[in-house]
Amino acid sequence: MPSCLAGAIDCDIHPAVPGIAALLPYLEEHWREQVVTRGVDDLASISYPANAPLTCRPDWRPERGKPGSDLDRVRREALDGFGSSLAIANCLYGVQLLFSEDLAAAFARAVNDWMAREWLDREPRLRASIVVPIQNTEMAVEEIERCAPDRRFVQVLLLVMGDRPLGKRQYWPIYAAAERHGLPIGIHAGSAYHNPPTPVGWPSYYTEDYVAQAQAFQTQLTSLVCEGVFTRFPALKVVLLESGFTWLPAHLWRLTKFWRGLRIEVPWVDRAPSDIVRENVRLTLQPVDAPPDRDTLLRILDHMQSDELLLFSTDYPHWQFDGDAALPEGLPESLVRRILIDNPRATYARLTEDAA
Amino acid sequence: MTHQIRPASAPAQPAASRLAIADCDIHPARRSDAEFDPWLAPAWREHLQTYGARYRQGWQTGPAFPKAQPNASRRDAWPPDGGRPGSSLGFMQEQHLDPNRVALGILNPLGTGQGLQNVALSAALCHATNEWQIANWTSRDARLRASVVVPYEDAATSAAEIARRAGHPAFAQVLLLSRTAAPLGSRRYWPIYQAAAEAGLPVAIHAFGYGGNPISGAGWPSFYIEEMTSHAQTCQAGLVSLIVEGVLARLPRLRIVIVEGGFAWAPALGWRLDRAWRRLRSETPHLDRLPSEYIRSQVWFTTQPMEEPEPRAHLLDTIAWIGWDRLLFATDYPHWDYDDPAQAFPLPATASQLRGLFLDNARAVYGHA
Amino acid sequence: MSRHVVAAAAEIPPGGRKLVTVRGRPVAIFNIGGEFFGLFNRCPHQGGSLCHGRLTGLLQSHEPGKFTYARQGEILRCPWHGWEFDIRTGQSYCEPERIRTRAYPVAVASGQTVVEGPYVAETVPVSVEQDYVVVEM
Repeated sequence: MPSCLAGAIDCDIHPAVPGIAALLPYLEEHWREQVVTRGVDDLASISYPANAPLTCRPDWRPERGKPGSDLDRVRREALDGFGSSLAIANCLYGVQLLFSEDLAAAFARAVNDWMAREWLDREPRLRASIVVPIQNTEMAVEEIERCAPDRRFVQVLLLVMGDRPLGKRQYWPIYAAAERHGLPIGIHAGSAYHNPPTPVGWPSYYTEDYVAQAQAFQTQLTSLVCEGVFTRFPALKVVLLESGFTWLPAHLWRLTKFWRGLRIEVPWVDRAPSDIVRENVRLTLQPVDAPPDRDTLLRILDHMQSDELLLFSTDYPHWQFDGDAALPEGLPESLVRRILIDNPRATYARLTEDAA
Repeated sequence: MTHQIRPASAPAQPAASRLAIADCDIHPARRSDAEFDPWLAPAWREHLQTYGARYRQGWQTGPAFPKAQPNASRRDAWPPDGGRPGSSLGFMQEQHLDPNRVALGILNPLGTGQGLQNVALSAALCHATNEWQIANWTSRDARLRASVVVPYEDAATSAAEIARRAGHPAFAQVLLLSRTAAPLGSRRYWPIYQAAAEAGLPVAIHAFGYGGNPISGAGWPSFYIEEMTSHAQTCQAGLVSLIVEGVLARLPRLRIVIVEGGFAWAPALGWRLDRAWRRLRSETPHLDRLPSEYIRSQVWFTTQPMEEPEPRAHLLDTIAWIGWDRLLFATDYPHWDYDDPAQAFPLPATASQLRGLFLDNARAVYGHA
Repeated sequence: MSRHVVAAAAEIPPGGRKLVTVRGRPVAIFNIGGEFFGLFNRCPHQGGSLCHGRLTGLLQSHEPGKFTYARQGEILRCPWHGWEFDIRTGQSYCEPERIRTRAYPVAVASGQTVVEGPYVAETVPVSVEQDYVVVEM
C-alpha cells in the first residue's frame, strides 16, 4: 500500500451487481415473477462493455464473473490496495436505461437494498450512493426518502445522459430532497441511451462514446447553472463522477463570457457561472485527462483557480492508471491532502458523522 | 520581443497603424430571398413560395432559440440603405473591411439551405449560393474569398459541387455546418472529404445548423445561452468523429477549420482522446498516431468568439498547447458576438505570433499570397 | 472640469439620443423623459458604440421563473455583446465595481446663462432664445 495515500477517501468505486439473479431476493414478488417469466436480461449497460480494456484493469479482472462483483476482492484491491479509509460505492447497474417507470423504481429499490445488505453491512469502510428511478421524479424522491435514514448512503446517483438536461425544473424535487438530507447529487458518466450520446447522433466506436462523456458533463453543467438550480438550492453540492476535469476551465471561460451578454435570459443567474461552479460543484480525480508532464498539469490546476474542486477517486475497477499511481505525480503536498481527505469530507457531510 | 496589443485601459490604436488582418468568418447575407433567383430554377422558386424552406427544427421563420439581438446581429450593422446586416457590400466595406484593414476575408454564408429536410432543394440552394457569392461578392471586392457551400446530407451531390468549383480562384474552402444529422466522420460524408482533398480545399466546419438531434446527449435545453455554449460541445463531437472514424488518417492532406466553435477546449479534448485511445486502440486499428497528433497537424481553429478567462493570461497557456500556428483570426461580422480586431486579443505576444494569428496562418491555410 | 455646450435641447427630444464629441472624446447623450444622460461612447469590453445600444429596463430574479422588471429605459445594452450598463452611473450589471463606462453629468441650460458663461461652445451656435444641453467634463 502506498503510504502517500493512507487514509484517503475514494469517492468513486464500482461494486457490481453480479447478475440479475442476485437482485431477485430484493425484488417484490410480482416483479421477481416477471423477471423470471419474461426472461429479463441482465441490466448491463453498453457504457462499459464487459471485456473492453477500460472496463477493468487487467490485474483486477477476475477469471469469472463481473469485475467489482466480489466483496473480498474489492476489500483487497480497492480499499487495502490504496489504504483508503472510506470509499463511496457508485453502482452502475442499468436501472436508468429502463423505459418503464415502475420497473425502474422496483430495480432501484432492489439495488439499494442489495447494496445495504451485501456490501455496507459487511464492510464498514464502504459508503454508497442512492440509485434512483430518474424516469419519474416523484418515484425518485420516494426512493431518496426511503434510503436517506440509512446514514451510510451519502449521495444521490444520476447518469450524465438521461432524457432531458438535469437543470430542468421537473428534476427539482430530487434536488430539494437531496439538499434536505445533506446528500450531494453525484452525476456519473454513462447514458440512458434515450438520446444519441453526441449532439450529432450515434457514433461508430466505443472510443467516441467514452470521449463524449466529457461533452455531456459540459452541457449538464451549463444546464444546472443556467436553469438556476444553485440559485434555488444554494446548499446543494453536485459531484461530477468519472467526468475528467481538464475541460473545466475552458468551459467556464465560454459560459461566463456568454452569461455577461445573455444573462437577461436567465436573470436568476446573479453571479458569474465560474463562481457558482467553484462554490457548488466538485469533480472526482480519475480519469486525469492530461499529458504526463507535471508542468502542464500544474497550469491546468492553476486555471481551475481553486484547490477545493477535486475529490480523490480510483474509479476501481476501471482501468485509468497502473499500479498505485492513482495520484498524478508532482502535485503540491498541500493539494494532495485536500484532494485525498479534506475536500471529500467537506463535500459529503455524512462522511464525517461516524468520526464525530 | 513581446508587445502588448492593447494595454488594458488604453484606447484602441487608430486603424491606420494596425496590422492588416485576415478575417476568416464573415457572413454575407441576401438583401431578400429574390437575390438567388437568377440561379434557381422556376420550379424551386415556386416550391419555396409554397412550402418554404423546412429545416430540422419547427419554426417557419427564425432560429430554434430566440437570439441575443435581432437577426443575431450587431445593432449598428444594419445598412443605412435597408436590408439585413451583411447584405450590403458597400456598408460592409465602410464599417468593417476598410477600417479594420481586412486583407483577406473568408465568406461563410449561413441560412442558405444547408441541412434542409429536402436534400434536393438544399442542393439547388447551395448551388445558387455559390453563384451568388461570385456574382455579388468576390467579383466586386478582391479581398473576399468564397466558401463552396454544399448540401452535406447528400454527399455525392456535394462532391460534385466541390469538383465544379475546384481550381476557381474565388473559392477558399468547403463549408459544412457543425450540426450534421450523423457525426461528421460517418462514412456517408466521406465523398465530401475526398473531393475537398482532391480540390486542395480546406473543409470548414462552422458552428450551428440543424441536424435534428438534440444539442446535448441529454436532450434539449431551455435557453439560447445553453445552445450557444453547446456549439463548443457539438464541434468537439464532430472533431472526435473525424479523427476516430479515420477521416484524417485516410486523407493526410485534408485540412479542417473549426469555425466559431471556440478553441480553448481543444487541448483538453486532445488529452482525453489520447488517453481513451491508448486504452481502447484495438477498436480503431485504422489510426496510426495519437488522436491529438491529427489535431496538431490537420486542424485549425478560428478565434471568435474568443474565450475570455480571468486572468486573460491563462489563454496564453492554452494557445501554446494548441500551437500559435493553428489559430485564424475571425470577427464573425456582422453578428452580435463579433470580435473586434483591435480589442479582442489584449494579450502580450511576439510580433511573429501576432502576425501569424491575424494574417499569416490564414494565408498559409488558404494558399493566399 | 468645464461645461461644454453640445447641442440645442430641442435637437434631443425625450427618447432621443445624439453622439457628440467633447474634448476629443465621443459621448453618447440620451434624453429619457426630459432627463439627460451622457456616457463615454465605448463599451469597456470591446469598444462597441453605446450610442447604438438599446435602452431597456433592469430585469432581475431572486428565484428561477420569478421576474422583477424595473427602471424601463435606464439600462443601456451594448449593441454588440449585450453587456448592460446603468445609464445613471455607467456601471455594468455583471461587475459594477470593476467594469464601467464613464458617465458624465449632463444638464440643460438656458441660452441666457450659456451666453453669460463660463461655457465652452465649440461647434454649437448659441442664442439666448433656446435651451442647450451641457456636458461637464
